[in-house]
Amino acid sequence: MIVGITARAAGTDAPVEQRFGRAPYFVFVDTETGKAESVENPLVDAAGGVGPRAVQMFSEHGATVVITGQVGGNAAKALEVGGIKAYAYRGSGSVADALAQYTAGNLQPLPLA
Amino acid sequence: MKIAIASGKGGTGKSTVAANLACTLSRSREVVLVDCDVEEPNLHLFFPATTVDVPVTTPVPEIDPARCTLCGECGKFCRFGALSVLKDRVLVFPELCHSCGGCSLVCPQGAVREVPRTVGRVACSRPLPALVLISGVLNEGEVQAPAVIRAAKLLAEGHPLTLYDASPGIACPVIETLEGSDACILVTESTPFGLHDLRLAAEVVERVGIPAGVVINRSDGKDEETLDFCRERGLPVIMTIPFSREIAAVQNRGGLIAALLPGWEERFVALFEAVVKIAGVSP
Ligand code: SF4
Ligand code: SF4
Repeated sequence: MIVGITARAAGTDAPVEQRFGRAPYFVFVDTETGKAESVENPLVDAAGGVGPRAVQMFSEHGATVVITGQVGGNAAKALEVGGIKAYAYRGSGSVADALAQYTAGNLQPLPLA
Repeated sequence: MKIAIASGKGGTGKSTVAANLACTLSRSREVVLVDCDVEEPNLHLFFPATTVDVPVTTPVPEIDPARCTLCGECGKFCRFGALSVLKDRVLVFPELCHSCGGCSLVCPQGAVREVPRTVGRVACSRPLPALVLISGVLNEGEVQAPAVIRAAKLLAEGHPLTLYDASPGIACPVIETLEGSDACILVTESTPFGLHDLRLAAEVVERVGIPAGVVINRSDGKDEETLDFCRERGLPVIMTIPFSREIAAVQNRGGLIAALLPGWEERFVALFEAVVKIAGVSP
């Protein structure tokens, strides 16, 4: 399974970013192999409509779970239709920490509808 | 002749000036007044009448799932985020679409078809014997104000004398309104904020290349700074409406000073003559 986490920088040591579509980086972690891929978000400075476009990037990377702070209405709709589950991480820890919390079952699902 | 009435921000009395001018001119000729402030049209409040409504549609994409290979091109292209290509379908957010047509161009499969979507309407009425009011109304939550403005202006085409009431501000709806106007009336107030907004508005009309004059509304008689600015920029001040209880009382109940207070009809006629002179065309 691939989990996508919104981050302030590349790598699993980077702090988690609370904003979904405007996160500077997306870190995709394959939970089977433990491999992480960091992707710079080209939408940080985009004018608008960043949510649905970010969801497309998650979908392209095969992510079925996203960990972030909050998602807007359009992004939520796209995540729901795309079958991607979103979990809320409100701490100030790293990507690795967020992933550990998720694996431990400590994260709450973000309401998508 | 086409005259736009604009201001750098809301609340300067722009619509009141437009309504008074329209009412005055309609006593001597046919006038069409177009409310281009489509997000908050208000001219119908001065001129209540039954309307005929024409819907305004814009093309938005519809994806043919039989042809779409989910390649992702359309979603990558759309800079408004109106398309999300997911694992098993393309999700369209029609209310984010700006109808640029790009997605149907980039789709390698010819899977994008454009279908009309209603974003607003144009309401037409004849509240006075020689006055036609055409109001553009953008539906709540929609983004395509320029499409509704274009439709409202199109319905007013062919009339010899048209007044466009622009939306406040300096964004694209204003530019859409100014497009094709012969002259522009800039309405301002003689406050420091008013001057700041007038400066911005003056820059926009200059950029679009339309000759303009200034109306100072609710003047307290201390207009030196505004007058200095206008002199510097070569903008003639073509009317000053003083701040007075009498005027405020008429306007607060939605009345028109041109119709209700002695002397004002003549002053709005003079305003029109001044605008004609600025435009340099025959009325
Ligand atoms: S027409 Fe333009 S704005 Fe609308 S969905 Fe297609 S690419 Fe996006
Ligand atoms: S560009 Fe065409 S084929 Fe590719 S995802 Fe969009 S609609 Fe489908």
